[in-house]
Amino acid sequence: MTTVIQKKRISWTPRRRKNLVKGLLFISPWLIGLLVFTIYPIGASLYYSFTQYDVVRPPIFIGIENYVDMLHDDVFVKSLYNTLYFAFLGIPGQLAIAFTLAVLLNQKMKLRSLFRALFYIPVLVPVVASAFIWHWLFNVRVGLLNYLLGLVGLGPYPWIADPTWAKPSLLMVHFWVCGGAVVIFLAALQDVPTSLYDAAKIDGANSWSQFWFVTLPLCTPAILFNSIMGVIETFQIFSIVWILTRGGPNNSTEFYVVYLYRNAFAYFKMGYASALAWILSLIILGCVFLLYRTSARWVFYGGEQY
Amino acid sequence: MAITYQQDEKKRYTRRFFRQLPGRTALYTIMILLSLVFGLPLIWMISTSLKTGPEAFRVPPDFIPNPIVWMNYVNGLTYLPFIRYIFNTLVIAIPRILGAVAVSALVAYGFSRIEWDGRDTLFFICVATMVIPFAVTMIPLYLMFHHFGWVGTYLPLIVPSLFAEPYFIFLLRQFFMGIPQELSDAARVDGSSEFMIFWKIILPLSKPVLAVVALFQFMWTWGDYMGPLIYLNDPNKFTVTLGLYLFGNSWRGATLDRYTWFMAAITTMTLPVLIVFFLVQRTFIEGISLTGLKG
Repeated sequence: MTTVIQKKRISWTPRRRKNLVKGLLFISPWLIGLLVFTIYPIGASLYYSFTQYDVVRPPIFIGIENYVDMLHDDVFVKSLYNTLYFAFLGIPGQLAIAFTLAVLLNQKMKLRSLFRALFYIPVLVPVVASAFIWHWLFNVRVGLLNYLLGLVGLGPYPWIADPTWAKPSLLMVHFWVCGGAVVIFLAALQDVPTSLYDAAKIDGANSWSQFWFVTLPLCTPAILFNSIMGVIETFQIFSIVWILTRGGPNNSTEFYVVYLYRNAFAYFKMGYASALAWILSLIILGCVFLLYRTSARWVFYGGEQY
Repeated sequence: MAITYQQDEKKRYTRRFFRQLPGRTALYTIMILLSLVFGLPLIWMISTSLKTGPEAFRVPPDFIPNPIVWMNYVNGLTYLPFIRYIFNTLVIAIPRILGAVAVSALVAYGFSRIEWDGRDTLFFICVATMVIPFAVTMIPLYLMFHHFGWVGTYLPLIVPSLFAEPYFIFLLRQFFMGIPQELSDAARVDGSSEFMIFWKIILPLSKPVLAVVALFQFMWTWGDYMGPLIYLNDPNKFTVTLGLYLFGNSWRGATLDRYTWFMAAITTMTLPVLIVFFLVQRTFIEGISLTGLKG
């Protein structure tokens, strides 16, 4: 790649120069935006993470103190645990549910687009609305969930009112909003060439081995994509939690970004919040990098050659 | 000869129909059950929004409200000034949509229709920025806007989107790449400037994808909670989501009826998004699928 570019640079014609100027002019809004709204904030955030900054007074440089403080901060440790719990159950769980739904939708059926729309709707509902709807469903005394479960002799369950139940309850809401992944899985499934299934049938493959050896490998790029999206989403879950539980009861749903937000905009500890943000970014980027690096071993990019 | 063949075919078809019947029935049963599970929260929201207060809190609950109380919608939308909230939300949404459609398209054009050195590297950076956690940029951006004196105004919510957003750049670029290069070449021969090609040829051809981008932006702005939560503090400037949030947290000591009003308000604020989605479902889904496959 680099050699190609270097070779090109030798013949630096006026036309090429003109195109470069034109191209840069067209993308200049994004370039300016990148500098002002992305690169500068990243640099500033790194600087703030080494300071004590309450917005009113100018930042005071305190070295790595914020990072050291984290180790002794019980709420931080709790929020990290909560977030990891949520991610480790939430990401694979949502992938499995979304994939199952996509496989079902991929069957020959009438009204497919209607069913697909129904699964996608929870993604579209504004988060404030879905939070309050679930709040109503979770109501211990008059909530619909406890009523329906009561019909089959279960419950009543405390849902978000109880520290041990709160996280699983939020996971349930998270699984309800899996439509984005469903749509992407379905697109991947529909892209599997029928010729491959025909070939597998000739080789005597039953439907299970067709699924295992044809469908699944060709869906691995979509699995990678949805896993990365899952990492970015679950590690930064905020709005739904802030409205539904505010981190409670007893900090059982105090997730990472909830605690970060609290530090920044309730306690005005901008320095500490920035340090939190950096650790979170390292975790997220680490996970994304790990997925990406191992993807060579389990992601199959063979779709195009058929 | 032909008749027997047809009969054979018919028999085979019938046989297949009966062989597949159990499977089909099972599939549709599962699909309908799943739809109910996924639809239940919204069905329940609408149902509650049409009940009287005491009925909403009754155990066992009714699914079909009796009587149907349409007044909940009037009361729900006037309990807090929702007309104002809608207006405020549009004040933010319209410039954001224009930014998404015009500016992101301009940038996407630069990334797709002109050949220049370093283009693909910069585009890779553009896509990569989507992975940066918002938690990192959130605080410095707040402090920057605070420094500008913009906190409490709509500017922090509007201005960044006027500098093109990677997701839209990506989506539009994919579409622009599919437009035949000959169209641009012909216009260049005629002496059109690059901007004229963009404006007169590419944009008119891209109406469907521009519509999808505009709708995405509308729905995100309509449903955005965290942005307004951070930047808006004056209740007169609240958006729809903040209005609902205020409403949702304001019934301690209120009557049972107020809850059904609230559900009516929530339903009303959810409906625009659902209507928009059903109108353009196909293009919309294609837009989302495109991201996953090519990303």
